[in-house]
Amino acid sequence: MAAVKETVERVKSVDVDAYKYGFSSDIASDKAPKGLNEDIVRFISAKKGEPAWLLEWRLDAYKRWLTMQEPNWAKVDYPAIDYQDLYYYSAPKSTPGPKSLDEIDPEILKMYDKLGIPLREREALLGIEGSGRRVAVDAVLDSVSVATTFKAELAKSGVIFCPISEAVHSHPELVKKYLGSVVPTTDNYFAALNSAVFSDGSFVYIPPGVRCPMELSTYFRINEQNTGQFERTLIIADKGSYVSYLEGCTAPKRDENQLHAAVVELIALDDSEIKYSTVQNWYPGDKDGKGGIFNFVTKRGDCRGARSKISWTQVETGSAITWKYPSCILRGDSSRGEFYSIAISNGRQQVDSGTKMLHLGKNTSSRVISKGIAAGRSDNTYRGRIFAHRKASGARNFTNCDSLLIGDACGAHTVPYIESRNPSAQFEHEATTSKISEDQLFYCMQRGLSGEEATALIVNGFVRDVLQQLPMEFAVEAQKLIAVSLEGSVG
Amino acid sequence: MNPRVAQIKTQAETSLAEFFSARASTGAHEAARQKAVALFAEKGLPHRRVEAWHYTDLRNLMREAWPLAAPAAAKVAANDGLRVDIVDGACAGLPRALPAGLTIRALRDVLAKADAALIAQLFPEAGSHDSVVALNAGLARDGVVVETAAGVKIDTPIELAFTTGQGAPRSDMSRCLVIAGAGSSATIIETHASAARAQRNSALVCWLGEGAGVDHVFETTDASPELHVASLIVDVGARASFQSFGFIAHGDLLRRQCFIRQSGEYAKIGLRGVCLLKGKQHADTTLAIEHAVPQGESRELFKHIIMGEASGVYQGKVLVRPGAQKTDGGMKSQALLLSDDAAMYNKPELEIYADDVVCGHGATIGELDADQVFYLMSRGLPKARAEGVLIEAFAREAIEFVGNETARARFEETLSAWLEARS
Repeated sequence: MAAVKETVERVKSVDVDAYKYGFSSDIASDKAPKGLNEDIVRFISAKKGEPAWLLEWRLDAYKRWLTMQEPNWAKVDYPAIDYQDLYYYSAPKSTPGPKSLDEIDPEILKMYDKLGIPLREREALLGIEGSGRRVAVDAVLDSVSVATTFKAELAKSGVIFCPISEAVHSHPELVKKYLGSVVPTTDNYFAALNSAVFSDGSFVYIPPGVRCPMELSTYFRINEQNTGQFERTLIIADKGSYVSYLEGCTAPKRDENQLHAAVVELIALDDSEIKYSTVQNWYPGDKDGKGGIFNFVTKRGDCRGARSKISWTQVETGSAITWKYPSCILRGDSSRGEFYSIAISNGRQQVDSGTKMLHLGKNTSSRVISKGIAAGRSDNTYRGRIFAHRKASGARNFTNCDSLLIGDACGAHTVPYIESRNPSAQFEHEATTSKISEDQLFYCMQRGLSGEEATALIVNGFVRDVLQQLPMEFAVEAQKLIAVSLEGSVG
Repeated sequence: MNPRVAQIKTQAETSLAEFFSARASTGAHEAARQKAVALFAEKGLPHRRVEAWHYTDLRNLMREAWPLAAPAAAKVAANDGLRVDIVDGACAGLPRALPAGLTIRALRDVLAKADAALIAQLFPEAGSHDSVVALNAGLARDGVVVETAAGVKIDTPIELAFTTGQGAPRSDMSRCLVIAGAGSSATIIETHASAARAQRNSALVCWLGEGAGVDHVFETTDASPELHVASLIVDVGARASFQSFGFIAHGDLLRRQCFIRQSGEYAKIGLRGVCLLKGKQHADTTLAIEHAVPQGESRELFKHIIMGEASGVYQGKVLVRPGAQKTDGGMKSQALLLSDDAAMYNKPELEIYADDVVCGHGATIGELDADQVFYLMSRGLPKARAEGVLIEAFAREAIEFVGNETARARFEETLSAWLEARS
């Protein structure tokens, strides 16, 4: 019962719109002028000392972006974004580029400590809560990466793990070959915007046959006011390799909305496997829907090689607006895609999330498990597309998306698109929406649990399928997050 | 990519707009008509970017609009039984005799009397954004109005037989209205044929009073129009039951769209259907079910069997409005693909704003199970026969729900013949 007790304590200790990571830190920063134009794109590129081809690529994306329209098909409703009223680049003044930890602004270190992210390897070596496992961290603050841990140790096994701005210089051939090969600049409005102004993010390359010796992780933090964060992550798993990558994100409580438009590209070559886990906990806004992050993210994995596997696991609890569809292109024969998601919305949050599984190769398989929980006055939508190409014989998909409604002012929606052009493809889809059954609640309460305890227990059972897929460090955190997100929604 | 595109009117859209302006003022329902004209002028024909029409790009598929069928002669034939003929969109035959409590009138006669209440019931789609329904509201001149008095049970099915006269290609538009009084019950069978090449836009509007029961059947025939959009708009009152079955085996391009609203508590809605598609046929079944009040029940079951280069579309949306507690919704769509070039697009959808509900949907797409075929073959059936048995069983699961025995027998026969032709 320890977990339940902990959940309840958490629920009690925090107020209705409690957001643990809502503090802001006073870090001197260096910003580009407000607004977006070609000069800003050039400014960002120059700040990073980028080669000419990358600047061209950015400018091309910017020109395409100008011709595009913001998508409006998602079931989210938000005030128009003034793209000229944002800072597109903001970097802590003291660290123009990632340096050794001793040189980092102590204020930054303090902030990460407060977030529970150990940046000092000495501390990190102790592992997380005695699990004995180690995690290498790339810490991205606003527009730049401030520190990357365990780089030396990873390099021993040939793993490249560094900020993408650094990879452009140290491994230009890899970046040039793979950047934009999964999410082209013109893929969608936000991807085009990201391609034009992306500032930093992580770059990972796992050489053939290597099993990455530790979990890799990026921690994204937006600190500065009025800035947008546009990070770009590129992960390449070469033949026969394996990597598990974690991503976490938080932002201070602010009254205005902030934009986060990231692009994540995964490339899995023959026999490789990428496991990508996210715990998204951007500031969701207060209970009246004021403030919060607009999270418009394009995440896509390309199973380019035969027998490759990409697995997405996400726990979505934050953001005022979420627009996010981590997808898999199953190009290689016998490749496999997985998507496990828990999306929790409370207050006035709006979530439109799901996945796309595009079966192109033969005997490809995919599995989608999505659990949506809506509480308060929120809207929670699952939107997914399963597609079998004419040549994708033997494709197999199983989709299960369940929604749970807590309270009578929220909405839960399911919008699956299931498209098959191959007779031997087998697609199964099932979805249910319900509320926590009175019988189950009564059963738990009869055994001495309060209404809130009982709800937390049942919800944890509801999302168990997905929690099991998370790396251990995250599973614990995710469980706590679920309790906090649902706080105030019972009774 | 979503580049900004300037909407250019297609030839079909231009012609349709001309049909609108060529039509003289219609008097009583002119206001509804003008609203529809404005909606169509703004939206044009639906295309890929209109979410509800994503898989049936009518703007692209309907290159030209054939001229509207000329108004039929005023003479109305007297039919045996409860058969109504609608030829070229006009009422051309009514039953000779009607049982007590049943009235059937030509729509043009009703419109001429300008009964405001009836006109309001004829155009319930105000606020809808479907431009094909708007097209129908703007251009349909005739059809039929069926009314059952409270408590009356009509045992004989009322048959609405749609067809065209012979001659040049044409388009025909009609609108029919069924008003089922409290506690009444009736069966409506809608059959579609055409003697000339035809583009049809038909709409059937039903109002079910408290405790009423309507059993509706939609049926294609081997002379179905090339292009047909059939809209069904239903309002289901308290404790009423609306059941509809669509049997689709013909027609090159068919879109059947059903907008069903549960407006009274404890109402039951059942929508089911079978689609047998081959060649280059394209059939789209789109349902929008709205539970506006508590205690509603809806069940959907659709089976698609697709061969050749045909494509099937199933979109089913269940909307549960805030406060519509205790809604019980269950939807199932299954498709069998029997050839390499067959395609199926499934989109079951839930939109739920009430917490105390049980709603679910299931969708499957696949081919025949090789093990099951093998099992039957090991018992001595030839392969084609073994497959036939399985396909038949698959389709019959839905056909079972057809209440009217004659119609059910007819569907089973068509199914057998279709399977026969397959091998």
